[in-house]
Amino acid sequence: MSLLEVNDLHKHFSLRSGLGQSLTVRAVDGISFDLAQGEVLALVGESGCGKSTLALTLMNLEVSTSGKVLFNAKEITGLKGRALKDLRREIQMIFQDPYESLNPLMTIEEIVAEPLKVHGLAKAKPERTQRVKKALEDAGLNPAESYLNRRPHELSGGQRQRVVIAAALVLEPSLLIADEPVSMLDVSIRAEVLGVLEHLKLERSVAMLFITHDLGTAAHFADRIAVMYLGRIVELGETKEVLENPQHPYTQALLSVIPVPNPRLRRKHIILQGDPPNPIHIPSGCRFHPRCPVAIASCSKTEVALTSVGENHQAACLLLRNS
Amino acid sequence: MTKLILRKLGWALVTIAFVLLLNFFLFRVMGDPTRLLKDPRLTQATIEAIRVRFGLDKPVINCFESLNPVKVSLQACAVNPFETQFSAYISNLLKGDLGVSFHSQRPVADLLGERLWNTILLIGAGQILAIIIGVTLGLFAAWKARTALDYTALIASLAAWSLPTFWLGILLLFWGSHYFGLPLGGKETIGSGLAGWGRLVDISKHLLLPTLTFTLVFIGEYMLIMRSTVLDVLSEDYILTAKAKGLTTFQILKDHALRNAMLPIVTIVALNLGFTVAGAIQIETVFSWPGLGLTIFEAVGRRDYPVLQGAFLLLAVSVVLANVIADLLYTFLDPRVRLG
Repeated sequence: MSLLEVNDLHKHFSLRSGLGQSLTVRAVDGISFDLAQGEVLALVGESGCGKSTLALTLMNLEVSTSGKVLFNAKEITGLKGRALKDLRREIQMIFQDPYESLNPLMTIEEIVAEPLKVHGLAKAKPERTQRVKKALEDAGLNPAESYLNRRPHELSGGQRQRVVIAAALVLEPSLLIADEPVSMLDVSIRAEVLGVLEHLKLERSVAMLFITHDLGTAAHFADRIAVMYLGRIVELGETKEVLENPQHPYTQALLSVIPVPNPRLRRKHIILQGDPPNPIHIPSGCRFHPRCPVAIASCSKTEVALTSVGENHQAACLLLRNS
Repeated sequence: MTKLILRKLGWALVTIAFVLLLNFFLFRVMGDPTRLLKDPRLTQATIEAIRVRFGLDKPVINCFESLNPVKVSLQACAVNPFETQFSAYISNLLKGDLGVSFHSQRPVADLLGERLWNTILLIGAGQILAIIIGVTLGLFAAWKARTALDYTALIASLAAWSLPTFWLGILLLFWGSHYFGLPLGGKETIGSGLAGWGRLVDISKHLLLPTLTFTLVFIGEYMLIMRSTVLDVLSEDYILTAKAKGLTTFQILKDHALRNAMLPIVTIVALNLGFTVAGAIQIETVFSWPGLGLTIFEAVGRRDYPVLQGAFLLLAVSVVLANVIADLLYTFLDPRVRLG
């Protein structure tokens, strides 16, 4: 049974333009996927494609426009009060920028202990400190004691992100939503933080929705990859399958521009023309057709859903369906 | 930490030394105060005696005529070239002697000392009320941003902030005394013979209207600043993180937003404390509250230079001290401000 099941989720924002007409930004526009216990799904896409909105909507930090999200087979959209608070224990989030997501006035111990306090767990002080230390150590901050009384400004970016991870871990959630957790970090620290997350996946079997714009990071430890373009998933499959045998022209383009160290293996780069279209004016038919190198006339007329293109591998492209 | 405090205090002393110099020359360039003694009954000999009594026969700073801001006779230099008005000013200041009021003939230090407490009472009550109400309003306005509550609080605060203090004071004085029978002015009913509890109630009644005016004028500033800082803080990622952890809105406001948003407020409060000693001039004058502001207003009218000189010094010192306190408080409240 899947832990998280997302079914045709939409999140639209309405913008009011100066002349009183209202415009709709379709940030998340019909997303469906599921996530098994202990599985890591990487969600890849350009900036502005709706990855972060999807994360916030799943967290109930944004109210979804329509669609269903089931967590442990229970509907979680629109939860309020007690039920929402209980859900928060199960799903935790790691934000992108560790320089912004820690309250500068609190000590590390206060930051990591806060979720316990809020949820009324580990009420006795020694037990709480014990759990805080454990979480810090699990997040790779050793020895934990030396961090307890420090404040965020005394730590480096990598250490801060570990504190963020520790604060998410302390509740022992079954799902972590990580929104670009390493994009603000230096490359050397990036590997360490990814190592911490990988360790969590293996040791604690925490399921993760790992949002990134970097296919390399996704390839590192995701079980499956979902490629997102303009609010939709265009390709979804097992990491190895998607990377070695990409089916959607967008995925192919993304993969073709990853630098390969071996000069003999140089691939032909597929350079996409133009910028991703504005999510206010989404192109008709397949939303990728204006930039697609292999588009045919009917692409602008027919909307395509994800279709199976192999074992555990789906893509949404008209050309794949015809062949 | 001690080093930091010492350094801040050191700079404060340097600032005060500049104020001392400026204060001294400010009152000397206006010329010899005895030329204001226009009473025809005064003989030249009496005027000369007054000048000797106040040390005005001595040169201002030294015995070089060109270096003195006003024309002085240099006869005294023949006796002791170092006995100047400046040396007398400094040595008296060090003894805590601010001179004698021209008008009341009382020592300025005594006069100001007594009036200062009245001002502190008024400002203290007004500031505390303004801070509590202003900060709370600002917090709620930011929380309920872009709702009717926010707009009402915003407009009311802007309006209160823009009202001329003396006009608001006169209006409140009229309403308060006409509809609620509150006293028209002063600090207590003179000759009432009240003591203890009764006197306290009497003083409170007199204090009510000036405090209300003061509070209304300052609420706006605190509310607007609090609102914008809280709005800033609420858009930070750590607020979103707190939400994701399951904190309630109240917990987020109390534990995350308020503490972070208080930093700018503390600075403004400390700075205001310094300036409002002077800023109370209008309120104290309207309500005849015997504080420092009223004293300055009266002294200007009476050309009571020693009182003015003393009051200016007191104001300058209070502004400088308030700044030092704000600086030090900031280092305590915000761990990111590096010590040393």
